[in-house]
Amino acid sequence: MSPRSRHTQDLSTPSELLGGSWSHAAFSDKIAARAMGYPVSKPGLAAFLFTFVGMLIFLGAVAWLVFKGVGIWGINVPVVWGFAITNYVWWIGIGMAGTFISAALLVTRQRWRGAVSRAAESMTVFAVAIAGIFPILHLGRPWFFYWLAPYPNVMNVWPQWRSPLVWDFFAIGTYVLVSLMFWYVGLIPDFATLRDRAGTMPGRRARQVVYGLLALGWRGEARHWARYETASLMLAGLGTPLVVSVHTMVAMDFAIGNTPGYHSTIFPPFFVAGAFFSGFAMMLTLVIPLRRFLGLQDFITGRHLANAAKILLANSWLLAYGYCAEIFTSFYSGDQFERYMTLNRMIGPYAPVYWSLLFCNVVVPQLLWRRGIRHDVRWLFAISLIVNVGMWMERFIIVVSSVHRDFLPSSWGMFYPTAWDWIFLLSSVALFAWLFLLFVHFLPVIAMADMRKLIQERAEEPA
Amino acid sequence: MSRHPVIPIAVDSRAASARRSEPRGGAQRPDSPERRRFLGLMAASMALASAGCSGPPQEKIVPYVEMPERMVPGVPLFYATSFVDHGYAQGVLVESDTGRPTKVEGNPQHPASLGATDVYAQASILQLWDPERSQTVYGGGQLATWDAFRAALRPRRVAWAANGGAGLRILTGTVTSPTFSDQMAAFLARYPHAQWHRHDPLHDDRALEAARLAFGRPLDTQLHPARAAVIVSLDADLFVGHAAAVRQAQDVFARRRATNPGGSRLYALAATPNLTAAIADQSLALPPQEIERLAWRLASRLGVDGVPQDAFPPPRHPDAARWEQALAAALNAQRGRALIVGGGSLSPATRALVHAMNAHLGNHGATVAYIDAVETDPVNHADSLAALADDMRHGKVDDLFILGGNPVYDAPADAGFAAALRQVPFSVHLGLYQDETGRAAGWHLPQAHNYEQWSDARAFDGTAGIVQPLIAPLYGGRSAHEVLALLAADGAQGGHALVQDFWRRQAGAAAFDDFWQDALMQGVVAGSAARAVDPGRPRVPPPPALPDPPSGALTLILAADPSVGDGSYANNGWLQELPRPFSKLTWDNAAILGRATAQTLGIDTGDVVRVSAADAGAGAAAVEAPVWIDDSQADGVVTLPLGYGRTAAGAVGNGVGFDAYPLKTRAGVHGHAAVRLEKIGRRHAFAVTQHRLDDEGRDVARTVSLTQYRRDPRGDYAPEPAQDETLYPQYRYDSYKWGMAIDLNACIGCNACTIACQAENNIPVVGREEVARGREMHWIRVDRYRTRLGSHDDVPGDEGEAKQTRTVFQPVPCMQCENAPCEEVCPVGATVHDSEGLNVQVYNRCVGTRFCSNNCPYKVRRFNFLQYTDDKVTTLWAQRNPDVTVRRRGVMEKCTYCLQRITRARLDAEREGRRIRDGEVVTACEAVCPTTAIVFGDMNDPKSRVNRAKASPLDYHLLAELNTRPRTSYAARVVNDDPELA
Repeated sequence: MSPRSRHTQDLSTPSELLGGSWSHAAFSDKIAARAMGYPVSKPGLAAFLFTFVGMLIFLGAVAWLVFKGVGIWGINVPVVWGFAITNYVWWIGIGMAGTFISAALLVTRQRWRGAVSRAAESMTVFAVAIAGIFPILHLGRPWFFYWLAPYPNVMNVWPQWRSPLVWDFFAIGTYVLVSLMFWYVGLIPDFATLRDRAGTMPGRRARQVVYGLLALGWRGEARHWARYETASLMLAGLGTPLVVSVHTMVAMDFAIGNTPGYHSTIFPPFFVAGAFFSGFAMMLTLVIPLRRFLGLQDFITGRHLANAAKILLANSWLLAYGYCAEIFTSFYSGDQFERYMTLNRMIGPYAPVYWSLLFCNVVVPQLLWRRGIRHDVRWLFAISLIVNVGMWMERFIIVVSSVHRDFLPSSWGMFYPTAWDWIFLLSSVALFAWLFLLFVHFLPVIAMADMRKLIQERAEEPA
Repeated sequence: MSRHPVIPIAVDSRAASARRSEPRGGAQRPDSPERRRFLGLMAASMALASAGCSGPPQEKIVPYVEMPERMVPGVPLFYATSFVDHGYAQGVLVESDTGRPTKVEGNPQHPASLGATDVYAQASILQLWDPERSQTVYGGGQLATWDAFRAALRPRRVAWAANGGAGLRILTGTVTSPTFSDQMAAFLARYPHAQWHRHDPLHDDRALEAARLAFGRPLDTQLHPARAAVIVSLDADLFVGHAAAVRQAQDVFARRRATNPGGSRLYALAATPNLTAAIADQSLALPPQEIERLAWRLASRLGVDGVPQDAFPPPRHPDAARWEQALAAALNAQRGRALIVGGGSLSPATRALVHAMNAHLGNHGATVAYIDAVETDPVNHADSLAALADDMRHGKVDDLFILGGNPVYDAPADAGFAAALRQVPFSVHLGLYQDETGRAAGWHLPQAHNYEQWSDARAFDGTAGIVQPLIAPLYGGRSAHEVLALLAADGAQGGHALVQDFWRRQAGAAAFDDFWQDALMQGVVAGSAARAVDPGRPRVPPPPALPDPPSGALTLILAADPSVGDGSYANNGWLQELPRPFSKLTWDNAAILGRATAQTLGIDTGDVVRVSAADAGAGAAAVEAPVWIDDSQADGVVTLPLGYGRTAAGAVGNGVGFDAYPLKTRAGVHGHAAVRLEKIGRRHAFAVTQHRLDDEGRDVARTVSLTQYRRDPRGDYAPEPAQDETLYPQYRYDSYKWGMAIDLNACIGCNACTIACQAENNIPVVGREEVARGREMHWIRVDRYRTRLGSHDDVPGDEGEAKQTRTVFQPVPCMQCENAPCEEVCPVGATVHDSEGLNVQVYNRCVGTRFCSNNCPYKVRRFNFLQYTDDKVTTLWAQRNPDVTVRRRGVMEKCTYCLQRITRARLDAEREGRRIRDGEVVTACEAVCPTTAIVFGDMNDPKSRVNRAKASPLDYHLLAELNTRPRTSYAARVVNDDPELA
């Protein structure tokens, strides 16, 4: 390695990806100890209780919704989709980046994935789980959601395959399953580590059993490792295109519709870019506090964050291109409905949301051109939060502002969220945070096996 | 017809739920458990009904053990009766499903209906089943019984016998009932000192005064607009608010349709938006005084004898002079084929002048005729009530019987009726509800509903019709006939005997049975229409004084609300939720102001103002009203709809809107009252179903001028996409292919279709909050647009053109698209294309994704966001159409083209081994439409009416460019505009 490569921030050398001088054992001790009954700090407990209450509110809200009906939200005719679908698209976007980071980097043999892959995959699993709840809750009769699945039944009815909602049902279903398997397969060697460590500690019998069951009898044999590698690679190979397909399908839910503002061929790539954007932003939102409070700066280095920031910046330009293309196309089409829809976004009743989203998603990320900001975690954290909010608003604008004034002026209406709309949005965030805190407490936050490999490689690196 | 099947209804929940789950369509096997259970329940409910609140009728009835002839469960029967509103009859056929009246249709034989009805007749069925109707006798505010009332009556009767009925007063509304009139005459003969007063808040006293001024006697005017080539409306609404409205709508549009564009020219001067002005070829908004001045100047220009020249200075409105010229020219050109109609806001002298103008133009006997007043003993109601209240105040009234009506709420404020009522020792109120009057009176008696009683009534043209009950009184109510008979004698006859007795005397005992059978079956008494009389030459009275309101004040118009009327329908959810034609307001009334006036006063829509009489000092009557701005309102005029602010209407109507009656005075009844408005700083949120009246330059409700239509009938509309521009295979229709055509030339925006659809299809009422959220459930809505002539030219309008905007009403049911966007996106196939081209909604398959609504460009789909159908109130179960699924929450619904009616026609046709005939399937909206603007039929039948309608060059598809290929098409409206007024 030439000295110059250090300045180009080459992320291919192990020494770039690891701070300090960690040995296998020290590293495993540090990570595994967290999952083995590490004493919970007061702020940690407070955060847990706070999000736990949020989770309970979410469950209560779901119960009320099922009891009362979707009319507790502000939706109406013409705006039959409101916060629920906005939340769904937002969460599934967040759920994209995780698998992408982990799977695509594995397929392309990027060694730096090890440090962030576990957190990213966990984020994916939780976000997609929450995302999957919303389309079900949003149904008028949620208890019949399984009617979207093709299953043999005496009524002899079958899904209606022209509907993108059916495609979406499969896309989400597949994505959830593959993400979950990928996450779990990656965890198996780590479960084995935890099982073994629990066995050496007094009073950890229960953990030993649970981790042991989850480890599926992993003994670290060469055969195990070979199969593990193959399985991981296959799942990663499956997961990478799914990352694209799931959000493409989400985009189809809209693009197949004929409403101006939905009916747009740009939507699949546009949604995928948006999903990367929000996913990386959420990734930063999670990882920055994680490395700070868990002292993981040596593994998740400033360089990791700076590179994520660059992806954010690049993505914001992709989105900016998308926004411009939408505006251009609507005027170029000469279609009066498209034209009106675009103008209505800019100067209509939801214009403040539209301009805010442009500010959050296009203007604010431009700060990342500055190296100083890319390497300042406080700035990165703030920007990641702003981008998260901006992406939620973008979904809101697509879902609501397109339909609230469509073809016949007589049917135009407005959507005003009710308290229940906000409760569902905020408590779903709490639920997500609660799940993530559980993950941090019970599972290794960094993929230990992958990192040990990196440590090994650093040790073998020519000086 | 004594075996008329009046079956008591089970209000028992088990029976009703059993009925809901009962399979429809044909009788069951005689030994099937379903049938046995059904009969058992019927027997149980019979027992329950006779033991409970609703006894069997006193006439002979037959138990259900032997199935009455033609009465098959699942097959509805229709009975001809009359819907009596403000005294006048509208002939109706009421659908009865196993003894439950469920739907009202017009009676084609009846002159006031000809098969159509207005919104009130449609809503009357909900009123019948209203659980808040009065259910018991109240005496002194305590629960009482009919026996207690009879006991209380006995000493009074002794007193009347002694003093000849001095101090005995009877107050009724407008009466046309021959039986009741006969009873009353006998009653007054028996008690010569008793007096009969009349009060109907909407009675057209000025028409009576005008007839007296012009002809010296009370004559009713009969309009024959079908014969008129030019119609001039002077603030008159031909189509709503009076006994002949439904009939007149049909007559006017007999010659104004897409098949005959420009068949007549309709001019309308209106102070406040009305349906006639909306559909008129030329309309102008003027204050009522200005309209009257213009009428006098026009009469002078026409050369009507006795009209002073220049009685009034030229009107100030810039267009008024041109209108005067244009009207004179048009009327002179069509002598004998013209018609001038004066509205309720004109002073009696000006309405007398209208008679003179019609006579002068040779319209008498052609487009206008006169008959002796249909109302029994026509009197000025305002005077009659004022005289009564005066007597009550002076202690001259000992016994007051209020037979129907609610004078405590709706009497003119200066009559002081409510206060005077407290001084009457024995006051009795007979009413459908224990309303404001029912609470103030000493006794309250529950009145039998229109469909629970035997009675009779005359139509606007004098045609008598028998009112026969569809069901025994649900709550033991009695009719006015029965109560009047009870006043005279203790063991009085029932309504059936009373009505029969009267008609037996008319028809003669020998021919009576045939006569009676025929009258009940037809719904009209043959040959009972009044004959036209020669009114003589109308006199022209001196011109009235027409003072303008003092500076800063506005002219007040108190108008019946298009939905709740005078307030008597306030507790009717269907009517409350029916969007008012112009504002599209629901569950509310508002002070209507013109835009310029509102701007001058610095008032905006939603501001609450205090409206007080201009001439009165401090402490005078005032009401607080939210303002609604309408561009069709004349400047300097404020309109307050009556009928709201009820305090004892029931849970539905209480506290809805504001009460404008405090501003109604006897003086105001005869002249133009002036009021002042001041903002009080509060704001009011309305529940509106349509927020945008502008069509945004989108060619939605097409209008075209007659000249342009004659030049190029098809116009420059963009061609529609080719039929094969779709990736999906085309559907083939081997049997039927249903379609609908809606003629915008004939849609007057009366809303009858919306409410008929609601009644037919079990559409729930959602309430004010839900409407405000945008969740109304109507399957067919009537959109109102303000468009410019030839708006498809996409010419940006300047100020001059802006004045020429006109209202177009557009009913929007489901388009039943061939390439239906809804069908493509439903993930579970809950909305599918059927073999006859309908997009059918499968409720029990719907999971409620609502994607179909998102994808529907017409937004005709309605979603049950909450449990909207009232499944708790059992009487409402009985109202529902058994052929239409009651939807629960979480499912989508929409117009089905009345699939149940198609199915019924198919069953009939298949039984007879033939195809369904054209016109055999009539959708609810088509049936009720007074102007036949809606035509439904088989598009596979080349000769069908719907195909003939669709062949018009004016036929177009809504949003055709989307290639949805709707089956509902529209005929563009052709405006026969006057080039003089262009």
